[in-house]
Amino acid sequence: MTTDRRPQTAVSRPSSAVIEIADLTGIATLQDSGRRGFNKFGVPTSGAMDWYAYQAANSLLTNPPNSAVIELGLGEITLHALRNTVIAVTGAGYEVENYIWTFPLWTSFYVRAGWTVRVKKTSGGNWAYIAIAGGFNSPIIMNSRSTYLRGGIGSALKAGDVLHSFTPTTELLKLAARNHTPLIPYSQTPILDVIPAPQAGWFTPEGIRTFYESEYTLSLSFDRMGYRLQGKPIEKAITQELISEGMTMGSIQIPADSQPIVMMADAPTTGGYPKIASVTRISLPLLAQCEAGVSRVCFREVTVEEAQEKYRTICRAGL
Amino acid sequence: MLKPLGDSSVLIQLGNAINPALNARVHTLSALLQSSPAVIETVPAYCTVLIHYDPLTTTYNQIKNIIEEKISLLDDATHRPSRRLEIPVLYGNASGPDFETVATTLALSPSELIRLHSEREYTVYMMGFTPGFPYLGILNEKLTLPRMSTPRTRVPAGSVAIAGSQTGIYPVDSPGGWHILGHTPLKLFDPLSENPFLFAPGDVVKFVPMETT
Repeated sequence: MTTDRRPQTAVSRPSSAVIEIADLTGIATLQDSGRRGFNKFGVPTSGAMDWYAYQAANSLLTNPPNSAVIELGLGEITLHALRNTVIAVTGAGYEVENYIWTFPLWTSFYVRAGWTVRVKKTSGGNWAYIAIAGGFNSPIIMNSRSTYLRGGIGSALKAGDVLHSFTPTTELLKLAARNHTPLIPYSQTPILDVIPAPQAGWFTPEGIRTFYESEYTLSLSFDRMGYRLQGKPIEKAITQELISEGMTMGSIQIPADSQPIVMMADAPTTGGYPKIASVTRISLPLLAQCEAGVSRVCFREVTVEEAQEKYRTICRAGL
Repeated sequence: MLKPLGDSSVLIQLGNAINPALNARVHTLSALLQSSPAVIETVPAYCTVLIHYDPLTTTYNQIKNIIEEKISLLDDATHRPSRRLEIPVLYGNASGPDFETVATTLALSPSELIRLHSEREYTVYMMGFTPGFPYLGILNEKLTLPRMSTPRTRVPAGSVAIAGSQTGIYPVDSPGGWHILGHTPLKLFDPLSENPFLFAPGDVVKFVPMETT
């Protein structure tokens, strides 16, 4: 894993048509590690909802770390290979059919020209990441290949689309049949690490206790922008309006209805509701893969130092 | 005052008010922080700067030290010269569907409403809501109105609108609850352009009424 967020230059890297989308339900978009530098203009960071699964998918294929992948949500996709390639699929809540075989997630597999690959919804997650050897090529808009539908940046993938990929630098056969064991404990009843946020003092001691001691269910109202949770209302001590300020993926806002909303990848860059806490990087993939109406989450307070140490440990362990 | 917002961002609060002097400090600090290689990006707002950093290369303690050092430079820092932009606006009729209602509610003649909205220079306090949306202030207090009780599901790009003590321009078609007074033909956001945004935080904006033809 690397921290290099610079976009790959499309210049001089050869690319060609690799797959056609034969069928698609749900929502599929191209995403990379996100669009940085434009939050101050009101452009969300976007990028993968589950950064860990996203990085693992690229890593299985030794792709450059900021490579674009298909993020599939709440549906199924059928791909038709136009040339020989290797595909890796990670995430939660899906399985993969390739020609006549079925593969679990977190593996890479060889795909021959003419074969059909189907990523099928099972249960226990929302998002699958489909990476291709070399990485997908698509126009770079404002330093990133991430799609941001609300802002008209990129567009949703649809049946009939032909996607291009860069020529991999490694021999295809060496990239196939690899697997990765996720170091993140995906679960439908996760305990999410959170760091108290700047307005934690706006809540009563009772409200804070409620937040840390009760369970919250993921409501049906969730998308790439935010996840609404439902549970015991969180009591505020200060009810005045907050002057809008910057926020980020993981920020937990408590609006007037006293129920938490966790900001996700396409969240607005600023907000005016008080924030009680923020979900840490390590815990965001767990929340991202929670199922609406099913999953129950709890919050555990950690310090920023603890959160960063855990994150570094996972990243050092490699993907 | 510094507080972590998660493990990769820090919120810096310079005050707790909406006024031009405080907001100018925000933009100066934002520019100072932007020059640090440890800072991925800054998000200046009314009285805060949010910064994003990478916890793989920078610890919370390190970023705190960097921020404190930049804050200590703030009083001597030269304010970034602000750009002044003139924005043509066609007020009323189809361009400003709420123009008449607003004039009636505020008991203003149409020409007075146009004058009160266009005579001031406004500052882009911050940008947000949708890509390229400038929050401009402060409106003449005679123009203060609460947001509409039922937001529109679609406000066309280019709509110039007011709410509370602020005015703004919708860069893309989006839902919106502000009162629409007029329309500008200028494009505020073009993702494919080399300079995708018409405005930047800290800019000074003056509306120029267009003549109806």
